Amino acid sequence: MANSILSSLTSVFTSSGFTAITWQSCVMWALALGLLYLAIKKKFEPLLLLPIAFGIISANLPMTGLMEPGHGLLWQFYAYGIKSEVIPPIIFLGLGALTDFGPMLSQPRLIFLGAGAQVGVFVTFFGAHLIGFNLSEAATIGIIGGADGPTTIFLATKWAPHLLGTVAVAAYSYMALVPLIQPPIMKLMTSEEERKIRMKPSRKVHPLEKILFPIISAMLLILLIPASAPLMAMFMLGNLFRESKVVERLVEASQNELMNIATIFLGVSVGATMNAENFLSPKVIFVFFLGLAAFGVSTASGILIAKGINLFSKDKINPLLGAAGVSAVPMAARVVHKVGTEADKRNYLLMYAMAPNIAGVIGTLIAAGVFVSLLK
Amino acid sequence: MEEVRAPMSGNVWKIDCAEGDTVSLDDAVIVMEVMKMEAEVFATADGTVAEIKVKEGQAVEEGDLLITINT
Repeated sequence: MANSILSSLTSVFTSSGFTAITWQSCVMWALALGLLYLAIKKKFEPLLLLPIAFGIISANLPMTGLMEPGHGLLWQFYAYGIKSEVIPPIIFLGLGALTDFGPMLSQPRLIFLGAGAQVGVFVTFFGAHLIGFNLSEAATIGIIGGADGPTTIFLATKWAPHLLGTVAVAAYSYMALVPLIQPPIMKLMTSEEERKIRMKPSRKVHPLEKILFPIISAMLLILLIPASAPLMAMFMLGNLFRESKVVERLVEASQNELMNIATIFLGVSVGATMNAENFLSPKVIFVFFLGLAAFGVSTASGILIAKGINLFSKDKINPLLGAAGVSAVPMAARVVHKVGTEADKRNYLLMYAMAPNIAGVIGTLIAAGVFVSLLK
Repeated sequence: MEEVRAPMSGNVWKIDCAEGDTVSLDDAVIVMEVMKMEAEVFATADGTVAEIKVKEGQAVEEGDLLITINT
């Protein structure tokens, strides 16, 4: 009797997951716990890092079949949500509904700063390729420099799915670290005098301009780079919802319910792709390093473009605004404002910084579209 | 009479002065909230606060009059 109880207990134990734990899964759990700490305690992009981290924990539990192709639960979230390229465009619909293009339309020349920040994306692309990543991996790593989560995920899924979790974690961590990464570069590259430059008051934007902008720019940009269509079309549709002022319910749904639901499935399935096999390779260290470099170069090139414009223009641009060209919205704009007020407490750069910031989002979308067409 | 105007569009978060208070140039008199960020608005001259034109929580546009100061 005692014997048979013992043997059934043993069989419960041997069929449990405990016997199948490997050191690799322990490393992944430790990483996930670290991310949970950053998300919960330090409030690092918690809306994404928290579900990503839990996805990592779940997917690295042995014998669950959660990521088994065909019927695993998390695999189905991944396959139908991300691999099918549905969720990132839905997130962009919400971002469009949240975005006010007003500051950008009132200072159109600041758009160039948003374009300038894409230099980091391409420099890192070439850099990553030089040190041995293939073209599609290099493109995926470069786009981290654009500081745009959904775009990074979109591109990674298409071209380097084995790097998906890694680049997503790198992108979201660096976005949370923008207030630490950017200011030293910004201060190094500008003089006290330049940081004190005050911008001219911006012109008022007519409501009709705001309605026409998403329609016209969606058509023009998609005609120019057809591969950017899935993200661009949804982004501009969301913005048209907002600016038309006649579909308040759709604006609310896009900004809140729809985007929140999409974010849950995005986070957990991105996390679930991070298994030990994909993540515990020396390449990953390079991905994080190159991603950081991409951020730095993007920040610097935005500032340089602003200084370049100042050589020719009578109305000087505060070069700090160039740093807002990375599309971490609105974090990068806040950082610009903060560094600006340190030099002159009456210099209110926030709304001006939103111009390159928003332009940076469009710029990163275009850069992703360029990569997709190049790699075809 | 000096005027303190809103440097950006946003909400009045905190009013750090009362009518009749003595203020000096560059004292923070109002804290605004713009895109979840606090931004201080400073007195434009030495003097006494003549009139506060806004309430806490009120939405203001760039250039709206916030406070007048008797110099």
